[in-house]
Amino acid sequence: MSATTSAVGPSGSAPSAIRGMLDFYATVARAGVQEQFQYRAANYLYMVGMVVEPVIYLVVWSTVAAANGGELRGFTAGDFAAYYIVWTLVRNMNIVFTPFGWEHRIREGQLSGMLLRPVHPIHYDLAYFAGWKVVAITLWIPIAVVLSLVFRPTLSPTLPQVLAFLLAIWGAYVIRTMLLFVLGMVTLWTTRVTALFELYFTAELLLSGRLVPLDLLPTWAQRVADVLPFRWTFGFPIETLVADLSSAELVAGLGMQVLWSAIGWGLAMWIWRRGIRRYAAVGN
Amino acid sequence: MDREPGIVRTYLRVGTLFELQYRVNFLLQLVQSLVALGTAVAVIALVFSYTDDLAGWSPYELLVIVGVHVLLGGVIRAFIQPSMQRLMEDIREGKLDHVLVKPADAQLLVSIQKFSIWQLVDVVVGAAVIAVAVVNLDQRLGLLDAGAFALTLILGAVTIYCFWLLITVGAFWIVRMEFVAELFNGLYQAGRWPVTIYPTWLQVSFTVLIPLAFAITVPAEALTGRLGGTMVLAALAFTAVIVALTRWAWRRGLRRYDGASA
Repeated sequence: MSATTSAVGPSGSAPSAIRGMLDFYATVARAGVQEQFQYRAANYLYMVGMVVEPVIYLVVWSTVAAANGGELRGFTAGDFAAYYIVWTLVRNMNIVFTPFGWEHRIREGQLSGMLLRPVHPIHYDLAYFAGWKVVAITLWIPIAVVLSLVFRPTLSPTLPQVLAFLLAIWGAYVIRTMLLFVLGMVTLWTTRVTALFELYFTAELLLSGRLVPLDLLPTWAQRVADVLPFRWTFGFPIETLVADLSSAELVAGLGMQVLWSAIGWGLAMWIWRRGIRRYAAVGN
Repeated sequence: MDREPGIVRTYLRVGTLFELQYRVNFLLQLVQSLVALGTAVAVIALVFSYTDDLAGWSPYELLVIVGVHVLLGGVIRAFIQPSMQRLMEDIREGKLDHVLVKPADAQLLVSIQKFSIWQLVDVVVGAAVIAVAVVNLDQRLGLLDAGAFALTLILGAVTIYCFWLLITVGAFWIVRMEFVAELFNGLYQAGRWPVTIYPTWLQVSFTVLIPLAFAITVPAEALTGRLGGTMVLAALAFTAVIVALTRWAWRRGLRRYDGASA
């Protein structure tokens, strides 16, 4: 980080480095907002397509609940509706720079330009996609209203739950950015990464709460999910709002998000230092 | 008209030879297909751990749908989507001229210009899943049912081809269409379940707006002994209408086309 310090403040002192970093984040995020707002029609269609996935899950699980006498492990049709509508926002928060994107950057040598900047590339992605989230959340609101009118969710969160939710969606965003950065960096060792990415995304789909609320998984699968980071990026943010979590559980969950963010950051920096020595580009 | 089969054969051969250069892709595709199938089966197992009948479908009957979904998905990604995506690009960049000047039907030429043969792995995997499911079904499969299945499956593939071309033709009017593939693949996931479980407005959408009902549910119904003769006729009529509509839209779209630099 010493390069960052020298680049952002003439004095190089710690507070000005932080201020410089905040400036950097604000500027890149603003650029993200402006750029993505231009593509609002494409963004919207993308989002409408994205809504199909939770609607399928919602219909399937509501059908199963109905066959089961209206309830499944405490989930009613209204609970499923609440789960999968909050899902749509959390899914949007889960959109980060993908490992496929990293594969492209590395294969095509775009990384060279990023290395010349005084700021680590992960900061750029974090800031840019955070800006994009502002556009995504704005566009998401009408979709959520329509879904709520159609599927009638049962949702009555308390104030602590709402506050925890607002923090948890950003925790999810940070953790997923770190993990997918680490995954993308594997491209520095081998360019045949598609199958690996595919396996990762499948495990994530099954064990994050995206496919189905984790409470519905068999017990052994829940134990596996407990030790993996996936649930903190998807199931937990949803549960903060739709499940009856106590304040202690909310704080504990947010603590787990901090823990996984730290682990993710450590892994990201470690694999970056190891991997970047292997990077070579021609031309550019 | 009798030149057309020869043209199709030649294009297929060239496309296959091109893809055969990349043999490792076969293994990657196999891994991806098996992972996707594993996920689908895990979900079915989870659903049926809570109930033994989903809107009237038993586990193996649902597996038939999964098989048809995988098989048809393979056909789409091997034969339909690659050409359509190339067509979208060519329309946007004004590169369609080289097709239009050739002395053969332009719709045929643009529809067979690119194949991804490794995607055929999904066709094999899907067929195997269907076979396993059918063997485990309670009722025996009659010859008539098998015939109805083959017929409705082919009609379904034609319907999806027409649907893709109809959307692609939209590129003559709206230039930016890259998101369409993503949108289609998202919607296609809905076909993994019988359309009858969806609320009515979605059932109508999955029949008319995106023809998942005729392409996937109807062939699966043939194999599970739920398909009446009326439905087969309906599938025939629907396919005829969409083929005619697509032909008409293609001609209209071509009239809007201006070359870039030819």
